[in-house]
Amino acid sequence: MSAALPLSAASGANALLERLPVVLRDGLLGYLPESLRWIVSGLITIAALLAVFGLLFAYLTLAERKLLGRIQNRPGPNRTGWFGLLQPFADAVKALTKEDIVPREADAVLHYLAPVVLVALSLMGFAVLPFGRLLVPVELDSAVLYFFAAGAATELAVFMAGWASRNKYSLLAAMRALAQLISYELPLLLSFVPVIMLAGTLSTTEIVTAQGGWTLGFLPHWHVLTPWGFAGFVIFMIAALAESNRSPFDLPEAESELIAGHLTEYSGFKYALFFMAEYFGMCALSGMAVTLFLGGWQAPCAFLEFIPSYAWFGAKLLALLFGFIWIRATLPRLRMDQLTRLAWKFLVPLALINLGTAAFWFLTAGWSGPLQLVRWAVAVALVVVPFLLLGRRLTAGVAPRTYRYAT
Amino acid sequence: MLFPFLIIACLTLASAAVAMMLRNLIHSALLLVLSWAGIAAFYLWAGAEFIAFAQILVYVGAISMVVLFAVLLTRPSRDVDLPLPAPTVLRIASGLMAAAMVASVLLTAVLATRITGGRSHAPNLTVKDLGALLAGPHAASLLVVGVILTVALLGAIIIAAPAPAERPEDQP
Repeated sequence: MSAALPLSAASGANALLERLPVVLRDGLLGYLPESLRWIVSGLITIAALLAVFGLLFAYLTLAERKLLGRIQNRPGPNRTGWFGLLQPFADAVKALTKEDIVPREADAVLHYLAPVVLVALSLMGFAVLPFGRLLVPVELDSAVLYFFAAGAATELAVFMAGWASRNKYSLLAAMRALAQLISYELPLLLSFVPVIMLAGTLSTTEIVTAQGGWTLGFLPHWHVLTPWGFAGFVIFMIAALAESNRSPFDLPEAESELIAGHLTEYSGFKYALFFMAEYFGMCALSGMAVTLFLGGWQAPCAFLEFIPSYAWFGAKLLALLFGFIWIRATLPRLRMDQLTRLAWKFLVPLALINLGTAAFWFLTAGWSGPLQLVRWAVAVALVVVPFLLLGRRLTAGVAPRTYRYAT
Repeated sequence: MLFPFLIIACLTLASAAVAMMLRNLIHSALLLVLSWAGIAAFYLWAGAEFIAFAQILVYVGAISMVVLFAVLLTRPSRDVDLPLPAPTVLRIASGLMAAAMVASVLLTAVLATRITGGRSHAPNLTVKDLGALLAGPHAASLLVVGVILTVALLGAIIIAAPAPAERPEDQP
């Protein structure tokens, strides 16, 4: 973690809370000889990330089950501990003590490697997320590229799992996972290109810094509050849902068609590792969405700056994760052809048009006064009109769907 | 400084060599991915961060998928080993010729590069500089590459396009 960024106009109490994690780490490092400090510093960062996101994973599973239960009008887990608060630990013990079964026909090496590779790759993304003003695990010049390079390889692990299981359902799931990745990689990458165009950098820290400041003291300069940023954010979140294999894009593990997809032949702790990787991937992509579009660790209003930056990052992250769970409870799963059609015919063209919108926004940055209104009107039109035209054209004849109930 | 390079080189070359020897195409493809990742590691070692991550994004993330897809869709059976006919003079000769052609292209490229002596610092290129380079001096080659890729894509679509769907379940 670096302490390169100076605290801007933070008050004394804020500065203390803000610095607390760094102060704690430096205090611990003070007891060590000089030669060991760099490696222990790295290890502390890794341990902190694992502890925070491990616990978040544990309680996210509980929160998901509770929320799904609430939405479906049932209590959810409520037997272990108060309000089911110990349920994640009971689940962990169960996963650890279950027998680990490897099918006789399976490709043993790949079958073993798949969950390990998956978890390792999905953890790598956390390294470049700026969790707070002073909390950036690794500062890279091309951090955004690193993040998506690490994420791009995860679907390879899903393929390994599906293929190595020697099970037709697993293999079908692997094929679906590949098709899904190829389809959604493009809108995912295209959706954040405007952010890089406007910020002029691939560094996550600088992208967050570029979103600092307020108009009139309460309107933050987050990218999501511009026309191109809003469109980019929505495309990014849809593609992120697909990339993390979450409902409504969970076709690789569609239980009504494919048993459990690529998880069919996994049991015990390896099965738990797949879930861990899914939630880590979801957290990492949400964290990236927060960084790119929602202002990262920036507070929404100037007078709220007394709350430490990492709390704001956490709050935004949790809000996005709640959105993921809400979507899972609300939307039915897509069919394979609908999934690829949505990506290629709808999201990719819109993301490409969004590049033009962002270019227009960039070129008209000097406009002021009434021209500012023209700028907003043109940019909004550039986002909304293609959306409406394309949506109407693609759904012509089938939407809105009419439902007939038995009488 | 040399030690990491040796490890990376051995890993890359070894995985590529094993990928060639194996008769299981999926294993070969996965090892090839490992070898591409090794090349990315080499770029990282050389200080070219951007191109290293781009290499992983394109090769490990995208091209590997295309390779795996091609293997899965074209093989009628997933029995492990491909039958390998005995080598003939023609096959050995064509293999050697292909290898010699690739080697000659690479060697001329390596020999034609003027290597400035001494340890130079890695140029501090930002994304903006890279973009300006691509859109300025190298715009023509970028356009040519784009046109070639588009033509290849269109050709692939035309070859792969099935007859128009009639079934009701193919409607959105």
